[in-house]
Amino acid sequence: MSSEIGTLLTLAGYFALLSLFAIGGANAALPEMHRLAVEVMHWMSDRQFADMFAIAQMTPGPNVIVVTLIGYHVAGLPGALVATLAMCGPTCVFAFFVGQVWDRFKDAPWRLVIQAALVPVSIGLIGASAAVVARAASPSLVAAAVIVLTALVTYTVRVNPLWIFAGAALLGLGGLI
Amino acid sequence: MSATTPIPVQPAPIAPNPLELFIAFSLISVSGFGGVLYWSRRMMVDERKWLTAEEFNEAYALCNFLPGPNIVNFSVVFGRQVGGTVGALVALLGLLGPPFLLVTLLGLLYAHYGEIAALQRVLAGVAAAAAGLTISTSIKMAGPLLRERPGFAHGVAMASFLAVGVLRWPIYWVLGVLIPASIALAWCMRR
Repeated sequence: MSSEIGTLLTLAGYFALLSLFAIGGANAALPEMHRLAVEVMHWMSDRQFADMFAIAQMTPGPNVIVVTLIGYHVAGLPGALVATLAMCGPTCVFAFFVGQVWDRFKDAPWRLVIQAALVPVSIGLIGASAAVVARAASPSLVAAAVIVLTALVTYTVRVNPLWIFAGAALLGLGGLI
Repeated sequence: MSATTPIPVQPAPIAPNPLELFIAFSLISVSGFGGVLYWSRRMMVDERKWLTAEEFNEAYALCNFLPGPNIVNFSVVFGRQVGGTVGALVALLGLLGPPFLLVTLLGLLYAHYGEIAALQRVLAGVAAAAAGLTISTSIKMAGPLLRERPGFAHGVAMASFLAVGVLRWPIYWVLGVLIPASIALAWCMRR
């Protein structure tokens, strides 16, 4: 029992802290989630992490719900709730209060400087997420080919990613990946 | 990500009640694959007319400025604007409730059947496609930066990519150093 509560507290503290470093959205925090869940805490394997990312991407809704899956995997329904609340809570409170005073400083020079400083940080982080997720999802050459092909197609053509997910799922089911 | 067309400023005349807010954010949530922001713009500006394009861009700028899940921040910011604390809570619940239930159900199924060989193969395929999608999204995000003349921003983006994505250093140390450095550089460039 006490170890369960300990796990929940770990989830809560960890995701609450991480949310404040998610510059550019929840996906920017993926590398750190992978580092903790796979490498530090050994909650799951590389493949399981890639699976959860895949499930979260297939599910409609904000990207942040990958956190719900990790929480569920680690500690069931309480884990899912705690992880989700922790990842959203602190920044929601922040957003609530900053929203009230935004008008006053939205054109302030320091605000624009901070924004200019954060944009490249988040671009780098999203790139890092892509690298980490691609590494976790490419145990085979065919999988690597699917990654590259999907990247090329979705970059050049405007297509609903669900179709590509379905195609890749069929390839996988056929034992090709 | 989507291009924003400036529209003459006119105050959005319609204000939603809590139930309408909840429904709107639930709909945004379940219709958005990957890009919830696109759907929120369509709903808020084009369909319900709760915000003008200008107001939406303003709220979007704020949510990019804040850390954490952007669209979650947006629900709180917009909910508060139109309905105070209740509005913020209702919008947040509408946004997170449906996907939370759905994904928890999927997590339950995964816990029971995740090790079945056929499902593993399907997920391996989808995981690869999802990773590819993330790569193209990240390249699109980097697009405006890549078109600029090389400056401090390129160095900062490269540093955060290498430190977090390749060297796999903890994000806290990386950003703890990189954000102050980036702000200092941005400040110097501004003058």
